[in-house]
Amino acid sequence: MALPLMLVPIPPSVASSDATVELEDVTKSYGVGATATLALDGISLRVATGEFLCLVGASGCGKSTLLNLVAGLDRPTSGTVRVSGGAALMFQDPALFPWLTVEQNVDFPLLMRRLPKLDRRRRVADLLEMVRLDDFARRRPHELSGGMRQRVALARALAQESPVLLMDEPFGALDAMTRDLLHDEIERVWRQAGLTVVFVTHNVREAVRLGDRVIVLSSRPGRIAAEYHVDLPRPRHIDSTENAELAAEITEQLRALGRPAAPA
Amino acid sequence: MTRMARSAATVDPFAELDAPASASPARPGRVRRFWSAVWPQLAAIALGLFIWQVLVWLHWRPSYVLPAPEAVLARLVKDSTTPEFWGAVFTTLRRAAVGYGIALAIGTLFGIAIARARLLRAAFGALITGLQSMPSVAWFPLAILLFNLSESAILFVVILGAAPSIANGIVAGIDHIPPLTLRAGRVLGARGPAFYRYVILPAALPSLMAGFKQGWAFAWRSLMAGELLVIIGGQASVGVRLEFAREFSDAEELLASMLVVLLIGVLVDVVLFGRLDRGIRERRGLVEQTA
Repeated sequence: MALPLMLVPIPPSVASSDATVELEDVTKSYGVGATATLALDGISLRVATGEFLCLVGASGCGKSTLLNLVAGLDRPTSGTVRVSGGAALMFQDPALFPWLTVEQNVDFPLLMRRLPKLDRRRRVADLLEMVRLDDFARRRPHELSGGMRQRVALARALAQESPVLLMDEPFGALDAMTRDLLHDEIERVWRQAGLTVVFVTHNVREAVRLGDRVIVLSSRPGRIAAEYHVDLPRPRHIDSTENAELAAEITEQLRALGRPAAPA
Repeated sequence: MTRMARSAATVDPFAELDAPASASPARPGRVRRFWSAVWPQLAAIALGLFIWQVLVWLHWRPSYVLPAPEAVLARLVKDSTTPEFWGAVFTTLRRAAVGYGIALAIGTLFGIAIARARLLRAAFGALITGLQSMPSVAWFPLAILLFNLSESAILFVVILGAAPSIANGIVAGIDHIPPLTLRAGRVLGARGPAFYRYVILPAALPSLMAGFKQGWAFAWRSLMAGELLVIIGGQASVGVRLEFAREFSDAEELLASMLVVLLIGVLVDVVLFGRLDRGIRERRGLVEQTA
């Protein structure tokens, strides 16, 4: 086990409060008739307020479809999706607007909500400080490294001030070192902002590193194949023995399911 | 969300990784950069003048038909001291600005509508390309019927000449926006007119510039054709000076006026569009740094 010094209690909200995201028997299919493909089949899922939930599965298992449903970008074919307070969405690509500076990018959701200028300026400054990019406020996206861009995207998603943050393989395109640092970063921000996070990845180790709970999806159609509670104390490290062992165990069971996930 | 502050003791773990992706390399001095951009253009002008001078030396045409460059330039300098010259230039520039401005507004609206509505694209897409390839001079008889010999007739043709290019540029620009940019805009709450104002137009801007530039070229040509055909009493313009110079067989004046037409066209293209285009690309990191 980790040293007692490093133990940080899991937020009490995870255990006590009610669900922020709720999916009931959600089915999603594309196309009609004989050519219809079933992307998601009978997904029922509750995410508690303040919980960090990771969804893992091989590509094509409908992870992104699921996030789109929760984000409200798409409607389920059947079943219900309930999200209290709205959800912000982050992609694998930072998708920053290249014509805006870093601070203007973060300001974008605030501008769309027509908040007063002074208010916006203060919030943008706070957010940039939170992702530690206050020195880069006036830079343009193309002047930043990949990790910095993803942090700007995080600040911009947080600026929507939605209680739920949906992340679609947000660190998939980054090098391992940057990704490890961003794990610490998202964990810190999650706690500071009291967010509920649904994090999609194909990397089991990453899921174990971050999640309070890891849900494994099977492929075609996407179904919930297994569910794990991760009780490892935080802060965790992706290369720690406990983390690696638990990830190996999940990967092993995935293989037994006959649905191999990408190894960490 | 509550206000959050970074604790003072936090050490930034990103310090080493935070090296900006594109450090600006050492640039050569301003004077040298300016000179390296300008000398090939000066050389080209010198070559043009030289060929002209050679034709004069060879007495290809008598000098009252084809005067020497020196005489024409001297006339241009002399003209530029008279208020009539500047009045004419001002009238022409005002028409160009008004006509192009209206074409920009109309072309942009039509372009957006055609790019975003499938039905409109099916209906008008090919028509606009057809309009674009139609010589604008062909509109003048109709314009004169509709508006008599008035400035409206000229502006009508200028707008018809420029707007299709601008609309086509807008359609192409919008078509080339990465889908992820549109999705990000939606996810971040851009709806309705704000989606166009804050996402679609800025995202398309770099590729719009080509259409804007082409629109200007068409506007300028149509304007010159119009000023030669539609002569309005008491309203001097560059085109009128050109036409009168021909009627009075004043070859020096004629060539001097042509130089003015050329100069204005080049200045708008290079100074206005060139700079705008470069500025837009630089801000987005689309310019390769070449020393």
